[in-house]
Amino acid sequence: MHLLVCGGTGCRASESEAVQLNLERELKEHGLENEVKVVTTGCFGFCEKGPIVKVHPDNTFYAQVKPADAKEIVEEHVLKGRKAERLLYFDPTRKEHISDNKHIGFYRKQIRIALRNCGFIDPENINEYLARDGYQALGKVLTDLSPSETIDIIKKSGLRGRGGGGFPTGLKWEITSKSMADQKYVVCNADEGDPGAFMDRSILEGDPHAVLEAMAICGYAIGGTKGLIYIRAEYPLAIKRLKIAIEQARNYGLLGENLFDSGFDFDIELRYGAGAFVCGEETALIHSMEGSRGEPTFKPPFPSVEGYLGKPTNVNNVETFANIPPIINKGAEWFASIGTERAKGTKVFALAGKINNVGLIEVPMGTTLREVIFEIGGGIKDGKKFKAVQTGGPSGGCLTEKHLDTPIEYDTLIAAGSMMGSGGMIVMDEDDCMVSVAKFYLDFTVEESCGKCSPCRIGNKRLYEMLETITKGEGTLETLHKLKLLGNVIKDTSLCGLGQSSPNPVLSTMDNFWDEYMAHVEDKKCPAGVCKSLLRYVVIPENCVGCTACARNCPVNCITGERKQVHYIDQSACVKCGTCLEKCKFNAIEII
Amino acid sequence: MEKIKSLADLRKKREELQKNPNLMEKSNNPDQYVQIKVGMATSGIASGAKQVMDYLMEELDKRGVDAVVTQTGDMGYCYAEPTIEVKRPGEDPIVFGFVNVKRADEIIEKYIKNGELVEGIIPVNYESIDE
Repeated sequence: MHLLVCGGTGCRASESEAVQLNLERELKEHGLENEVKVVTTGCFGFCEKGPIVKVHPDNTFYAQVKPADAKEIVEEHVLKGRKAERLLYFDPTRKEHISDNKHIGFYRKQIRIALRNCGFIDPENINEYLARDGYQALGKVLTDLSPSETIDIIKKSGLRGRGGGGFPTGLKWEITSKSMADQKYVVCNADEGDPGAFMDRSILEGDPHAVLEAMAICGYAIGGTKGLIYIRAEYPLAIKRLKIAIEQARNYGLLGENLFDSGFDFDIELRYGAGAFVCGEETALIHSMEGSRGEPTFKPPFPSVEGYLGKPTNVNNVETFANIPPIINKGAEWFASIGTERAKGTKVFALAGKINNVGLIEVPMGTTLREVIFEIGGGIKDGKKFKAVQTGGPSGGCLTEKHLDTPIEYDTLIAAGSMMGSGGMIVMDEDDCMVSVAKFYLDFTVEESCGKCSPCRIGNKRLYEMLETITKGEGTLETLHKLKLLGNVIKDTSLCGLGQSSPNPVLSTMDNFWDEYMAHVEDKKCPAGVCKSLLRYVVIPENCVGCTACARNCPVNCITGERKQVHYIDQSACVKCGTCLEKCKFNAIEII
Repeated sequence: MEKIKSLADLRKKREELQKNPNLMEKSNNPDQYVQIKVGMATSGIASGAKQVMDYLMEELDKRGVDAVVTQTGDMGYCYAEPTIEVKRPGEDPIVFGFVNVKRADEIIEKYIKNGELVEGIIPVNYESIDE
């Protein structure tokens, strides 16, 4: 028998280490230390009810265990073999104690639909995919359903595009199916470019067949026989696994001619992106595939009507496709039962930044930011204070403390001043300067702007320069005013989604962190201590003992002072490297 | 390779494979094997999953443990890479995080051989659609 004690940050903060010590002591007192081991585990994702103690192998799940409860667990559960009722998790809806963690309704905040096979199967072995219902959905569609029945299922499921736009997938399929042409194309958009987003890569690397199967289903539904995956060349492993998967599917006759003896042909090829962010925009993506420059063009005509080589083309994102086979297998009603009124199913997020459990998660739509960041994500690193979360990549915005209880869905995030985007979530703490964050995203957009329209090409460059003036302490109220004005002009007049959304990081941080912008221009200070030009390292005379450590280590020799005398930093020569702060053992250097 | 030409073919294939997908070629009584999956997505490989996988294969063979080591995709615990999942015959699988070569050795000696749990367990915190 083992006692598993949660060692996640949340549980540690509520004394899980003391719980563990007490359990070990109790076991020793009863001479059981060799039979029963106490082991620390990673986060259970249930920090709100921590500390958690789980008994293995009988799966008993104790919540909110205090150090004093260790005796009861050992004497009741370990010695007498009966569950310590009082300490079991109490389910407020069912009004009873629940012992088995599989039955704690909301304990498992994640449901893995798009990630169902990721981390379970060998992505380079089609047999493992087949063993987990692989290609059953394609078989079912080709054998039992008409194209319009297939589209109906997708429409009823309520699935919306997971690339960020949130356009209803079934409707897109229907429009493409109604466009008449001698050839139609199914395109998978795997040009994942948002900083911090890696869910599409993980799906392609972990479950490539799911995307291939879904593309074939889409082809059947819209009446197209050719699939193209537009994938970034920066994803070599995903490309390798896709190639293997396509080959294996062809060998089984699951791609190619006359699939399932239905007369339907479908095959898939890869097209490599050249690392341009704007190529994630569907019209730019199509131009890039045609061999032209990856520049967006005005819509309409939509790709569903006139796309690749002028033919109707259905473009969906990787994660959208990954949801298709389970919807066909388990039904539209099942899928529509997950999520909220206006957004069905789940969304995969890539958690990054100052959060403990960096990684991939998949939660039902409508889960709050608080649940994602503080429970599944395990909270902020090093016990720091949460400041903001950036969603939607360079097109999104920063959400703050007051938005934490916002349910995550397409419309609510837009209402809060950000957007869903492809699912990157970068968490920031008190040490992050919001002006610098906005500058980081603008730098990215300036680099990635294709240059076709002037608001985006020139406007973003000017925005970036203004932000730079502010971080250097040369900004004025006038700069802030111009920043806002120009940001809105770029939004209103740019040609494509990239330009229309590129000022969002600036505008949303200005809305939510006006004080911080003001501090930069009025007081010439960076409250988070990030903008170097605005920092001053000074000696605190009361704490300085004159050990000379700072002066000896200063790379520009700008610190003077005799041994055992208070030292002095020459601000005009200081390069603000922070070495003195690091080397001082007496907390005698501060940043003001 | 034989082609799958109907839904019935596909279902038959699934039943066959479900008995044990990765062990079929290796053994007549796959129930006795320890199954290990190593998270080999980009994040895993960057943190050293390949070395851990090679080590596990070599050492398990050397130490005479009947085991099958396969690769898999991203389990989602990027903060704890490399991650591996170990399933002892007849037991629920357990995921271990932060597995370097040294930890892999401990997992073989303590958990795989004797069923004794070691540090680094990552609890399952999601619902799968199979349940």
